[in-house]
Amino acid sequence: MTTVYMDNNATTQVAPEVLEAMLPYFHDLYGNPSSAHTFGGQVAHRIRDAREQVADLLGADSPDEIIFTSCGSESDNTAIMSALQTQEGKNHIVTTRVEHPAVKVLCGHLAKNGYRVAEIPVDREGRLDMDQYKESLTQDTAIVSLMWANNETGVIFPVEEAAQMARSRGILFHTDAVQAVGKIPIDLRNSAIDMLSISGHKLHAPKGVGVLYVRKGTKYAPFLIGGHQERGRRGGTENAASIVAVGKACELAGKRMNDENTRVKDLRDKLEQEILAKVSRSRVNGGEAERLPNTSNISFESVEGEAILLLMDEFGICASSGSACTSGSLQPSHVLRAMGVPFTMAHGSIRFSLSIYNTEEEVDFVIEKVPPIIETLRELSPFWKPEEGACATGT
Amino acid sequence: MWDYTDKVKEHFLKPRNAGEVKDANAVGEVGSMACGDALKLTLKVDEKGEIEDAKFQTFGCASAIASASALTEMIKGKSLKEAEKISNQDIADFLGGLPKEKMHCSVLGRQALEAALANYKGETVKEQEGEIVCECFGVTDLEIERAVRENNLTTVEEVTDYTKAGGGCESCHDTIREIIAKVRDEERPVARPKLSNIKKIKMIEETIESEIRPSLQQDGGDVELIDVVGNRVLVATRGACATCRASEITLKSLVEAKLHEFVSPELVVEEVKE
Repeated sequence: MTTVYMDNNATTQVAPEVLEAMLPYFHDLYGNPSSAHTFGGQVAHRIRDAREQVADLLGADSPDEIIFTSCGSESDNTAIMSALQTQEGKNHIVTTRVEHPAVKVLCGHLAKNGYRVAEIPVDREGRLDMDQYKESLTQDTAIVSLMWANNETGVIFPVEEAAQMARSRGILFHTDAVQAVGKIPIDLRNSAIDMLSISGHKLHAPKGVGVLYVRKGTKYAPFLIGGHQERGRRGGTENAASIVAVGKACELAGKRMNDENTRVKDLRDKLEQEILAKVSRSRVNGGEAERLPNTSNISFESVEGEAILLLMDEFGICASSGSACTSGSLQPSHVLRAMGVPFTMAHGSIRFSLSIYNTEEEVDFVIEKVPPIIETLRELSPFWKPEEGACATGT
Repeated sequence: MWDYTDKVKEHFLKPRNAGEVKDANAVGEVGSMACGDALKLTLKVDEKGEIEDAKFQTFGCASAIASASALTEMIKGKSLKEAEKISNQDIADFLGGLPKEKMHCSVLGRQALEAALANYKGETVKEQEGEIVCECFGVTDLEIERAVRENNLTTVEEVTDYTKAGGGCESCHDTIREIIAKVRDEERPVARPKLSNIKKIKMIEETIESEIRPSLQQDGGDVELIDVVGNRVLVATRGACATCRASEITLKSLVEAKLHEFVSPELVVEEVKE
């Protein structure tokens, strides 16, 4: 059975070019970049190149603003903890109700340890309440952390505008851009963003490498304390192969940005329009908002997401669900709940996230397989009343 | 990805008895859309009190569908009396086990069965008894107590796995902890005042007479108290028990268990061969 992979917001395939670029660092070029000898030194050179490649994709002023980390979560943690550590006395954090756990759970933890956390709500389409955001910024606010694009719905926040508001009040601004980088153009040169997180494996580099952008002049305290690596901003011997990989992946992402926003977007649009046309009582979560070109979060009324995923799995189709059962928690995703998606819809939500490697044949295959799966499950469901084409008492 | 057994997968991919029994005379509906799973069980019970047909409709994940499918297979052809005895663990066992986080799916099956049997007997559907502890999932203290008792649960996490209680906002975790402690306390043997020998022998005789003999005699057996030496209870088996190869098990699982329950947990039963 062939795999039809449409779960690219979870993780992506390592691009063949990326794999090729990183392989030598496992055998021929295994030197320590900190070593005095040429053998190690040449690795340091390649890490510098990778830093430039990342800076180029982000439109950063200088490669020195790029710190390599182990993952997106480490980048998020570093940014927030650094802001708190360098601004003692400021005890307020502004974030949103729909952040990734790397930010959300950290902020929840900080809230239990004396910090005040404001979680800005979103509307039914997942758009940020900018009025409430503005009001929440206080003299006491140490940092704002807003995701650039939502991992579950693909909804894009107006981070540039939000960053300007923070800067005009002297507040540090961090964005978790893990889902945005490589999918939409980013230009930090003309922005008020102070810190930005990237995860390698979301843009066709391997798992285990991340990036934190820290604007020059931003007060900074390291999270991982140790050696002088990353100019003393992140201890630990560099993950050379993966750093080279993330550099290459950023270079490729820049070249493929247009393809992502035209061909991939068209495929995504076709997928969701045809599924919606074929399946009654289905809707796109965040469909009215500005979204990433690759993500579609579709809710099917009266069915449960895990059951849909497992039936799709029988055809080799890979996607995700915001249902309770898939996550191991008992409630549907916090993102869908924050958007006020009703229970009848939230439990049956499926996220398709495409990449440049998806083809039209794959999209057609999914369009063919999904509607009968939903029908099968609806026939099993006590809430589904086919004659009404709607759901009975959804308590 | 969940680690489901092949049997769970099979019942999920090819559910048995999906749908509604047309002329059902017993219906049980539990769960809700808000809670993330729901089950409607329809049964046809014949005049002899046997379950002639059983069908289900489920809204829920793979293990909820598989549990409902398994339940219908388990109860078809069974008498009501037999069906009553089915526990959530029996449903899980039938499926070769469920991931612990999914045990609530088997509990849902047992609840639907109970509701259907009550419906058949014409019992009005019981008003929700007890007090709601978990607001997120509408779980009462009595439901939690029962799950703790029947499945020997010891942590809040386990209670959540079996009942969903505590799986939402978590504000009821302290109450759940108290319920677990309460049930555990009840199960701890109560310290009894030390028995005098005469009183002990009298209580043993009474227990054998009222609690043990009647059930042994049903099977044509009997037991006679020979002597009590300290905590050793010496008995002789009679009738069918005397020739039964399983008599030793009977002595342990019935006689000794009853004496532990009604007299003292320190007693040891020994068979005397005459």
